[in-house]
Amino acid sequence: MRNNSFFKLTFWKAIAGIIIICGLFSLYNRFFNGLGASTHLSDAVPWGLWIGFDFIGVGLAAAGFTIAVTVHIFNVRRFEPIVRPAILTAYIGYMLVVALLVIDLGRPQSFWHPLVMWNVHSVMFEITWCVICYSTILTLEFAPVILEKFHLRAPIKILKKISIPVVILGVLFSTLHQSSFGSLYLIVPGRLYPLWYTNLLPVNFFISCIAAGLSMIIFESYQNARAFNQGLDIKLTSKLAKIVLYALIAGFVVRISDMIISGRMNALFIMRTETYMFIGEILVGIIIPVILLANKSYRESKFLLYLSSIFVISGFVLNRINVAVTGLTASSGVSYFPSFDEISITLMLVVFGMWAFSLVVKYFNVFQADSTEEIDEIFEPDSKEIILSE
Amino acid sequence: MNAKALLFDATLCQGCGACYNACKEQNKNSKACDDPLKDHLSADTYTVIEQHHVVDANKNQSDIFTRRLCMHCIEPTCVSVCPVGAMEKTKLGPVLYDADKCIGCRYCMQACPYQVPRYEWKSVNPKVKKCIMCHDRVKNGQPTACAEACPAEATIFGDRDELIQIAKKRMAEKPEAYYPEIYGLKEAGGTSVLFLSPVSFDQLGFSPNLPKGPMPLLTNKVMEKIPTVVSVGGVFLGSMYWLTKRKNEIAKEQMKGNNNEK
Repeated sequence: MRNNSFFKLTFWKAIAGIIIICGLFSLYNRFFNGLGASTHLSDAVPWGLWIGFDFIGVGLAAAGFTIAVTVHIFNVRRFEPIVRPAILTAYIGYMLVVALLVIDLGRPQSFWHPLVMWNVHSVMFEITWCVICYSTILTLEFAPVILEKFHLRAPIKILKKISIPVVILGVLFSTLHQSSFGSLYLIVPGRLYPLWYTNLLPVNFFISCIAAGLSMIIFESYQNARAFNQGLDIKLTSKLAKIVLYALIAGFVVRISDMIISGRMNALFIMRTETYMFIGEILVGIIIPVILLANKSYRESKFLLYLSSIFVISGFVLNRINVAVTGLTASSGVSYFPSFDEISITLMLVVFGMWAFSLVVKYFNVFQADSTEEIDEIFEPDSKEIILSE
Repeated sequence: MNAKALLFDATLCQGCGACYNACKEQNKNSKACDDPLKDHLSADTYTVIEQHHVVDANKNQSDIFTRRLCMHCIEPTCVSVCPVGAMEKTKLGPVLYDADKCIGCRYCMQACPYQVPRYEWKSVNPKVKKCIMCHDRVKNGQPTACAEACPAEATIFGDRDELIQIAKKRMAEKPEAYYPEIYGLKEAGGTSVLFLSPVSFDQLGFSPNLPKGPMPLLTNKVMEKIPTVVSVGGVFLGSMYWLTKRKNEIAKEQMKGNNNEK
């Protein structure tokens, strides 16, 4: 057993090493030979995998604001143990997205321009500001975890004082940011395939990120419990799963009723790639996890919870890739598949993200050892004043 | 000052390529391709001539030539989507690009309803490239290079209002020769490049289902809800925090009270 896990570890380490070497090589190619040499982007396909990954990174970071609002604003203290993993996930997600956005920019040295050159009519302008503001807020929200390790009490006190406005601002910026990725495509009615194009794109993006973000936390909790041989707090995760279930159903109802009302249902019966991808996305990301999570006994099985979180995340990834790539292929008239450099840089960032997450979890107090499952929300006098990630 | 515009009449164009060559020369763009009919819009080709083989209702075959170039929309999508305002619609008519502002997000390319802006993909410091309606010439009262070069007067330059009158006059004089519409009058809120054609415009590869209103409205409808979302959301979250906190305090006091009674 021991040897086996040791081998497994080095195997994954080797894979990670190869990915990072390829990624660095690709990064060199991108910065010294340009986007044309390193990507399969073209005049017909100006956005590709990287934009899709930005959507995914930000969407999977959504637990950062949903859990913060549940615990700190609605005072549902039973979710307190997952505030820290949620905020750490969001923080890492945002850092990766910022890095990739800069890599994707044609003129990365000018990335700061939106700070001083304003066009308030642009969704891209809104997005830039949301990324900057919410990253700052995540830093403030996560800082106590780092500070407490070094016993720096004074700054923690200040952060606690401003914590409620910070949480509220964070929720507002996230809401705007999640939905604005959908708004990006409102301007291309003729180009985005009708199965995805709707006036409700921002709403769909917002609802779908809630289920995906929470599933990410379930996924991480399971992985973490396995890695550190801790028991998974099944009560808590299955409660999370219930919210995921409601969010999935809400998202499904909104999307399907919107399709019926705007008369786009017939697009479902045209046999073409887009239809298959759409059905795949709905099946993997909504139907299967809803069936798994609707059943209480399934919801309380560790493995099925884990499995359903993988389904939700995969379906979410499919959805964002469909909007960013699949849905635009027909109108661009060019088929696009990401280049080696695009894929290796993306994978490298994923590896960095996982690495950063496991390092922080290892050295800082992120997953509290003792879960508060026995404690009723009302009987928690100590945590009353303690806000943020503590 | 009246906004300038171009009128292209497909019934007059012979496909000689004079506009294409004049454009290349004016913008000092390299010629990778000698045949203006085979070239495509690119970072160093701002206009091309397209040949369309059209069969009409009486099975008469004909070749129709049409041009592709930036349409210089009256309310341009590229201007509205650019996060840093690198695209600008001038009062004179041309839509201009400022590389010093551009961050290279390529949203203009993604959003343009005519898919016109092109990118210097090979460069490490790329710019967006497209027709700028010979802004330097137009500023000095000259016509665009393509209009000046056209031997058949298929492309003419002038005030947009006057060009619309000319187009209407042409259609009225020879109704049998024209499809009874001016493309660019209403498309995506109207453009500063107008087209006349003998056949319907979708046969010439023009997008038939563009909204008749300005495209930026599609985004603005959502963008103008942001202040409401922020203010209502902020007040809602603030009051929810206060309410749940108060509820817990009351519950705590009651708990204490109960304990004291015992």
